[in-house]
Amino acid sequence: MTWGYVLRRLAMFVVVLWGAVTINFIVPRLAPGDPTAAVLEQLAARGQQSAGAGDIVAAYRARFGLDDPILLQYWRYVSNTFRLDLGTSISYFPQSVSGSILMALPWTIVLLGVATVIAFGVGSLLGALLAWPGSPRAVKALAPLLMVLSAIPYYLLALIVLYLLAIWTGIFPLGGAFSGQAPSFTPAGLLDLADHAFLPALSIVLAGVGFWALGMRGAMIGVLGEDFLTLGEAKGLPPGKVFFGYAMRNALLPQVTSLAIALGTAASGSVLVEVAFNYPGIGYLLYNALRASDYFLVQGIAFFLVLTVAVAVLALDLVYPLLDPRIRRQ
Amino acid sequence: MQFLRHILASVGRVFASLRMTIGIVLMLLLVGIGTVGPLFVDVSKSDPISVRTNQPPSAQHPLGTDSGGRELVAVMVAGTPQTLRMGVLAGLIGVAVGVTLGLVSGYFGGWPDRVISTVTDVMLTIPPLAILLVIAASVKAVNVEMLAVIIASLSWMYAARVVRAQVLTLREQNYVQMARLSGMSNFNIIFREILPNIVPIAFAALVGAISAAILSGIGIEVLGLGPQDTPTLGMTIYWALLYSAFSRGMWWWWLPPIVILMLLFIALFLISSALDDVANPRLRSSQ
Repeated sequence: MTWGYVLRRLAMFVVVLWGAVTINFIVPRLAPGDPTAAVLEQLAARGQQSAGAGDIVAAYRARFGLDDPILLQYWRYVSNTFRLDLGTSISYFPQSVSGSILMALPWTIVLLGVATVIAFGVGSLLGALLAWPGSPRAVKALAPLLMVLSAIPYYLLALIVLYLLAIWTGIFPLGGAFSGQAPSFTPAGLLDLADHAFLPALSIVLAGVGFWALGMRGAMIGVLGEDFLTLGEAKGLPPGKVFFGYAMRNALLPQVTSLAIALGTAASGSVLVEVAFNYPGIGYLLYNALRASDYFLVQGIAFFLVLTVAVAVLALDLVYPLLDPRIRRQ
Repeated sequence: MQFLRHILASVGRVFASLRMTIGIVLMLLLVGIGTVGPLFVDVSKSDPISVRTNQPPSAQHPLGTDSGGRELVAVMVAGTPQTLRMGVLAGLIGVAVGVTLGLVSGYFGGWPDRVISTVTDVMLTIPPLAILLVIAASVKAVNVEMLAVIIASLSWMYAARVVRAQVLTLREQNYVQMARLSGMSNFNIIFREILPNIVPIAFAALVGAISAAILSGIGIEVLGLGPQDTPTLGMTIYWALLYSAFSRGMWWWWLPPIVILMLLFIALFLISSALDDVANPRLRSSQ
């Protein structure tokens, strides 16, 4: 891995975050009306008479510095955001926006991370088997089902799954992430956490498996004609070794590239899955923030979504050369 | 003549695929809901407080009514074409922008290419929902057209990328080189020599973009940021979630929009995967 490659990826990471911050800065200013007026209006609409109200408005006036030149405002906004100072939440006052988000973020990361890893693993294996000439017929019959599943968005599946397995049959809990007041990390508590996470994860996995299987099938078909497979077979290697070590390992590389691209969509999709299941992650926080018109929290969540995906993409980009020697040599 | 025959052969290939046939039949059915439906169903009953609330399906209301006093059959008939219109509009604008950027960046190379490619890569990394949220939350009171324009601003990247890749190879073809040597202007080369060869790929990208646009649109609507007074499919799901139709057992409220949307996504997927086979002959031969 050359330093040039690492630097290019790091630069890309910074550019993505800078782009997100800039959009966050520009869009509300393009909309008619000024931001503090909107905040004031909301506070009035909520009938908030508490002493806190004045503080919030003062905090936002100071934060926006609306009389300063626009470039100074921009600079302040960028530097504040990069220090994760995203302002104060209105609906969770006096908690800061980053505080609310950091409490919700672990739920989303664990749910999305585990579900994506399972979907990627199972999907890639199924896709490889779909393309492999020697795999059983039962696996090949799965292809149309996988295609249909890959076409349906996460949250539509989530709503169906919610109805079938939680409301109709009552096998799994309706929503939330744990029973009682707080999550506990005893064996029974962990089981309870898994029980609650199962359905949201299932809907992400179901939708993801088809996508990964189709991609893997395409990549595998491309690898099948290669000389090194014939060589492997001619050497008398066991079929399992040729399948995993020779064919699948090479076909997996483009899948890792699409993983980086698919993460953004996956993050967006899981936001809505959380809404369906009242799962206390970023998505649910977002839903509440939207209902309370808490725009600073909405913007903060949008920034954290970008940040999470950008970090994951950067990590994948840096791992990729370890998987593919051709990139290392460039 | 030969051009015509070529087109006919392509059309024949398109329909030869089972996937394409099923996809188009499904699509026609869905378009039929919005065009033929109003002949049988009184669309005005999709307005709030036009019928009794919370009625289960009956002879009078085949799909029941919701808590806002809308008849669900009327909502589906009025909402399905709205959702389709939003998707097609957003897809068309997005792909037009994407094709233009892809042509410029692939044909001219150099710094325009570097700028366009970097912006494309950045936009592909950012979760579309993150930007949509910020825009939709600031620009309130959206209607279907505004929602389409907002979504279009985020659905040009894929088209730009595939068109650019295609133009890079077309640019080096002999006939393009000949056109350049014969003194044809860049504008003419792009529109008369290169663009016709981009059409199949652009069309495949269009179907993908429509599907992605509807996906984003539903996402925005389910979060409650859609057009409040238009009965689109996504808004119906939003209202159903808001009034806990799920736990109240009102399946007739949430099931129809979900089924229609699923059919829509399956139809678009079938069409786009069949089109990909036509647009990318390399995939066709490998299957």
